[in-house]
Amino acid sequence: MSPDIRDLQAAVRAHVRVQPRGARTKCAPRADDAGILDLSAFSGVIEYQPTEFVITAWAGTPVAEVQALLAQHGQYLPFDPLLVGRGATLGGTVATNACGPERYRYGGVRDFLIGTRFVDGNGALIQGGGKVVKNAAGFDYPKLMVGSLGRLGILVDVTFKVFPRPEAYATLRVDCPSLEAALALLPKLTNCPYDLNAIDLLMGAGGAAALFIRVGGLAAGLPQRMDRVRALCGSGQVITGDDEARFWHAAREFEWLAPEECLVKVPLTPSRIPALDASVRHAQRRYSVGGNVAWIATRDLPALDAALKALDLAGLVLLNAAGDPRIGHHRTNAFAERVARALDPHGRFVR
Amino acid sequence: MNQSAFLAALRAIFPPDRLLMAPAALAAYESDALTAFQARPVAVVIPETQSEVIAAVQACHRFGVPFVARGSGTSLSGGSLPVKEGLVIALNRLNRILRLDPQQRIAVVEPGVVNLDITKAAAPYGLLYAPDPSSQPICTIGGNVAFNSGGAHCLKYGMTSNHVLGLKVVLPDGEVAELGGESLDSVDADYAGLFVGSEGLFGIVLEITVRLLPKPETYRTLLAAYRSLEAAGDAVSSVIASGLLPGALEIMDNLSIQAAEAAVKPGYPLDAAALLIVELEGERSQVEAEWERLKAVIDASQPYLIKVARNDDERMKIWKGRKSAFSAVGRLSPDYIVQDGVVPRRRLGEALAEIEKLSAKWGIRVANVFHAGDGNLHPLIMFDGREPGALHRAEELASEIIDLCIRLGGSITGEHGVGMEKRQYMPRQFAPADMDAMWALRKVIDPDELANRGKVFPAGEAPALRQVGPHPLEQAGVISRE
Ligand SMILES: Cc1cc2nc3c(=O)[nH]c(=O)nc-3n(C[C@H](O)[C@H](O)[C@H](O)COP(=O)(O)OP(=O)(O)OC[C@H]3O[C@@H](n4cnc5c(N)ncnc54)[C@H](O)[C@@H]3O)c2cc1C
Repeated sequence: MSPDIRDLQAAVRAHVRVQPRGARTKCAPRADDAGILDLSAFSGVIEYQPTEFVITAWAGTPVAEVQALLAQHGQYLPFDPLLVGRGATLGGTVATNACGPERYRYGGVRDFLIGTRFVDGNGALIQGGGKVVKNAAGFDYPKLMVGSLGRLGILVDVTFKVFPRPEAYATLRVDCPSLEAALALLPKLTNCPYDLNAIDLLMGAGGAAALFIRVGGLAAGLPQRMDRVRALCGSGQVITGDDEARFWHAAREFEWLAPEECLVKVPLTPSRIPALDASVRHAQRRYSVGGNVAWIATRDLPALDAALKALDLAGLVLLNAAGDPRIGHHRTNAFAERVARALDPHGRFVR
Repeated sequence: MNQSAFLAALRAIFPPDRLLMAPAALAAYESDALTAFQARPVAVVIPETQSEVIAAVQACHRFGVPFVARGSGTSLSGGSLPVKEGLVIALNRLNRILRLDPQQRIAVVEPGVVNLDITKAAAPYGLLYAPDPSSQPICTIGGNVAFNSGGAHCLKYGMTSNHVLGLKVVLPDGEVAELGGESLDSVDADYAGLFVGSEGLFGIVLEITVRLLPKPETYRTLLAAYRSLEAAGDAVSSVIASGLLPGALEIMDNLSIQAAEAAVKPGYPLDAAALLIVELEGERSQVEAEWERLKAVIDASQPYLIKVARNDDERMKIWKGRKSAFSAVGRLSPDYIVQDGVVPRRRLGEALAEIEKLSAKWGIRVANVFHAGDGNLHPLIMFDGREPGALHRAEELASEIIDLCIRLGGSITGEHGVGMEKRQYMPRQFAPADMDAMWALRKVIDPDELANRGKVFPAGEAPALRQVGPHPLEQAGVISRE
């Protein structure tokens, strides 16, 4: 049975302030006066055509459910959704832009969300994009919704492009004496013509670093490909099978995070890692997506906030945020202000 | 509007040689590649710096004059058609590559940089800019951003927006905004993503940060010939079902095969009802493994002939035929309309059968060349403009094809944009609430509708139709279309 969208629209119109709620695995901006809109009824797959590479589901659908269905047909969400084990929903994944290490290969949530219906701050139901993999008609609302944290619309359903899942994976672990050594190796990997699925850099105790390079594809060519990656790195240990899968599962679930720690995501480029690393030296941290995302665990958010501001970096507290999950330096701009004014003129969404 | 005061304001910004007002000088800017439409602007300015662009937009805002940004004018949907009495801001001279950082695989470029020039600049580092519209030797990255342009490799690597990380833009009232950044990822709503594909309605792009990809190590390309279009379509489905992700999956029908063969002799089998081109690309050992699987799938689809490119020359030959198909078909007919629509991939067969019926119904020949992997059709509707009513009938047929795409659950455009040409179809694809929301967004960003007024949203009278046919550059053999 399909959930009642009109009820949702009426609820938006009936409140001065509203806040959508998914499975609450991750952060969201909060306000005490906001009416909570429970989206748990918006759950389930609406349409899936494996040969189309397209799946549509209600926004409240657990990602795990979608992944299981896709897996039956040898397909997957290439942006590598995070925190699936904790019950993450599709809508929450889009709103927080929660993509993982393998986003390195084919792109993030923004590159795979091709359509969505959402309710804006006027209570209007808006369709953006469509259900075909190529489409140039109309404004690209799906992209706008990625990372919007529920500030611009309440996602009702989402349509993703999907891909065939690599048949097999292997990972090369390369230990480096220092961050500098690891960062020196990084451009060799990112610029080589080998098809790498993920490159994560883990900082260990005492300043040592380790690179984890994930390669996926047909089983037949894989051993040869791993040899070449190892040759490029000069050394390294190949991990396969369950150990390999477990390593990346742990990465996506942030199993390394201590219970009372906040998890902060900081987008950046590899050249900015040394400066950031110098100011978070005592925190657990890893640099994912070929040096484009820093994940930092901290108990001291104010200190990290100040450090990010000093470096002109923006951060998002994905887990265990107390207040506003946005820390560091968030640039605003005239375009964003106007978009918010169009979609939420009455300021119903929590900003 | 006080026109003389507006022109005086422009004179204060631009030297005479970069402020065109004489009718003869304006003529070249009256249409884009959709030459059916034309309109004369009050002036054309040719800025050389970002601040000149900003100043021009501010002047337009001050005097309430609509403006149209223009790259190379290769839009096929009338996107860069001037607004009558408005200003054209021609961006070809803003063509600097401001920064190319191979280590971080990004390039920061101005909007007038030609698409292919980014790849040329990146090539020494083994990198490339992936989106490859067939107009790439001439179209600008600014135009690509405005239209979210595609190419033959969209299934695997996406369109322009999938390769744009950051934008610096001037909004229609002259305010400047920076969207996105240099990282692959972000913790904000994707404003750059919303801007891409907005067809010039949100303002002018001043600077673009694009991501670069390593050039694939190897390619394997094959061509399979079938006795029916349906069989070729089924082969596409089997390739997809086999778990392969080819870089390109293209189909040509007999009419386009004939035309391509006559024009550039790519060695296509002339008796085929349909040709399928499949290309794998990537790392060598992976491609070799995929190749074995692909051959088995193609064998099972029972083509009556398979040709494999044994070297780069043979590969280029296959592609040359494919890329020249449209201009070649144009030689079979004095005039033609290129249609651009999308259907769900599984309904390609149905769509083609319907197009065949429509073609018979109207007695108009239609050639089909398409990006089969994306379900992106490019029917080519042939007519003779000298015949009274022929253009009108061709347009009726083109319109029925668009209705068909909508009915089958697809889109009115896959890559050529809405522009002028398809604005009346928007309400057929989008519900009134969707149209209202888009209009509201447009009005908040640009209350006076100064930026590219009259495009995308259905409105008023269209300018008079003149002719439809190959772009002058196609006639000269400089570019071809997919
Ligand atoms: C032979 C031929 C083949 C083609 N093949 C393809 C193809 O394979 N795939 C495909 O997708 N398209 C194709 N096209 C269409 C066309 O080339 C693309 O739409 C291209 O992106 C237009 O670029 P341009 O520089 O010519 O832009 P223009 O035509 O000058 O402008 C296009 C639109 O962009 C706006 N614009 C331009 N610059 C800016 C800016 N800096 N800021 C904001 N708005 C701006 C204009 O106002 C206009 O609305 C083809 C066209 C031709 C003639």
